[in-house]
Amino acid sequence: MSNLTYTVIFYLFAAITVFSAGFVVFSRNVIYSAFSLLFTFFGAAALYVFLSADFIAVTQVVVYVGGILVLILFGVMFTNSIMQSKPKSDIINIVPGILLLAAIIGALLFTFYTSHSWMPSETTLQGSIVQRIGFETMSRYVLPFEMASILLLAALIGAAYLARFEKPGNNEH
Amino acid sequence: MPFLMGNTLNVWSQAIASFQPMGLPLGLVILAAIPLVFIALYSLTYGVYGERKISAFMQDRLGPMEVGKWGILQTLADILKLIQKEDIVPTNADKFLFVIGPGVLFVGSFLAYAVLPFSPAFIGANLNVGLFYAIGIVALEVVGILAAGWGSNNKWSLYGAVRSVAQIVSYEIPAAIALLCGAMMAGTLDMQKITMLQSGSLGFAHFYLFQSPIAWLPFLIYFIASLAEVNRAPFDIPEAESELVAGYFTEYSGMKFAVIFLAEYGSMFMVSAIISIVFLGGWNSPLPNIGSFALNDLTSGPAWGAFWLIMKGFFFIFVQMWLRWTLPRLRVDQLMYLCWKVLTPFAFVSFVLTAIWEIYVP
Repeated sequence: MSNLTYTVIFYLFAAITVFSAGFVVFSRNVIYSAFSLLFTFFGAAALYVFLSADFIAVTQVVVYVGGILVLILFGVMFTNSIMQSKPKSDIINIVPGILLLAAIIGALLFTFYTSHSWMPSETTLQGSIVQRIGFETMSRYVLPFEMASILLLAALIGAAYLARFEKPGNNEH
Repeated sequence: MPFLMGNTLNVWSQAIASFQPMGLPLGLVILAAIPLVFIALYSLTYGVYGERKISAFMQDRLGPMEVGKWGILQTLADILKLIQKEDIVPTNADKFLFVIGPGVLFVGSFLAYAVLPFSPAFIGANLNVGLFYAIGIVALEVVGILAAGWGSNNKWSLYGAVRSVAQIVSYEIPAAIALLCGAMMAGTLDMQKITMLQSGSLGFAHFYLFQSPIAWLPFLIYFIASLAEVNRAPFDIPEAESELVAGYFTEYSGMKFAVIFLAEYGSMFMVSAIISIVFLGGWNSPLPNIGSFALNDLTSGPAWGAFWLIMKGFFFIFVQMWLRWTLPRLRVDQLMYLCWKVLTPFAFVSFVLTAIWEIYVP
């Protein structure tokens, strides 16, 4: 593909990501916000593909679209009164908010422009990325990997305990 | 014909992808359109007509017989009728979600076709994370189902959508672990490489299903879990006619209904192709070389590859239809019991056994 095509596709995905993210924030309908998040996640995954990190891109889709977005949608749909009651979404504290926003964006842009440019890695990537990630997770980063899995297991057991209908203390009524 | 008989990998798809009139990447669009045409053709012929005929055979009926010889043109007549139907959107439905729901659903089932190697010469995108992508992209289908179910503003639709999503999310776990066993035997996630590792002059004996005695377990687990992922019987509680009218597509009619059906047939072939690629050698010919009679070499090649993969996929679709008209529907609690207390533990067992087999058995 020519360079122009790449650029066009890149800006297309960047625009999808930014506009859908803006819609998530500014929409007053929670359901629309949640569904708009889908396009943000997919746009971000596409940007990962442009950085030739396809494993990260697919992981992004699995974790965020398959896990978190579905969880959010479930939460929103099971909250019965979500469409009846007006969620509080007034615009308050305009001046401090804008000041904070300007400060954060200014600081970010300042660091972005004054710090060094992209640092290319000294060793070039050889072979498949997945293989490399697999080796690194199972050798150098095996302890953090196992710790994360134990943490997730504990969270799973805790969630199963909280969700049980018959708790030991609830038997009297 | 060198074009049909070339031995280099992915020659067809690369030839199509490099077709760029005036610098426009038109070839990539054509490349993406080929699976689309395939889905449409197969669901029209084998999907709808085949399912009606097979169900008729199972129930000792005749099935469609009026339009054309043996009712062979019945599906065309149905399509003509569906196109002419009025596009109904219920007054109280959420217009936007109601309209995009079937679209997102179909895109979700269609996206995985990008990594299916249809033949040694044709694959949409030869990713090195192909199998992982094929498992993960199903998530989009879940969002489409939720959009359709919520957008209809109908209790049956919402219940159908919630059931369907709970089922897909749960059965993804045994399905993914079972496919991981296949990936572990291959040592790669690249679909084209997984298929190539299963080729050889002995035909079917090189398929992973026949390479280790343990492979049968993940094969069966993935087949059962894939039935639940595509909402087919005995796991069709999201569209249980006797309880929920039609589940998440109760309110749909006309072409939107047709798109939902197309998505269902699309994902049926997708899971059948994935199970054929990981455990049954994908586009490899199952026929062995018999002595000096090179039956395997005769039935290999780009065009034969496409034939074998599609035939293997169609075989599993036939089994899906067969089960649909044979087995009764599971209850919700039985469904969750089967997933979490039967399939997931067995998937873990097969995972550990496959790892031991791969390390200690040469």
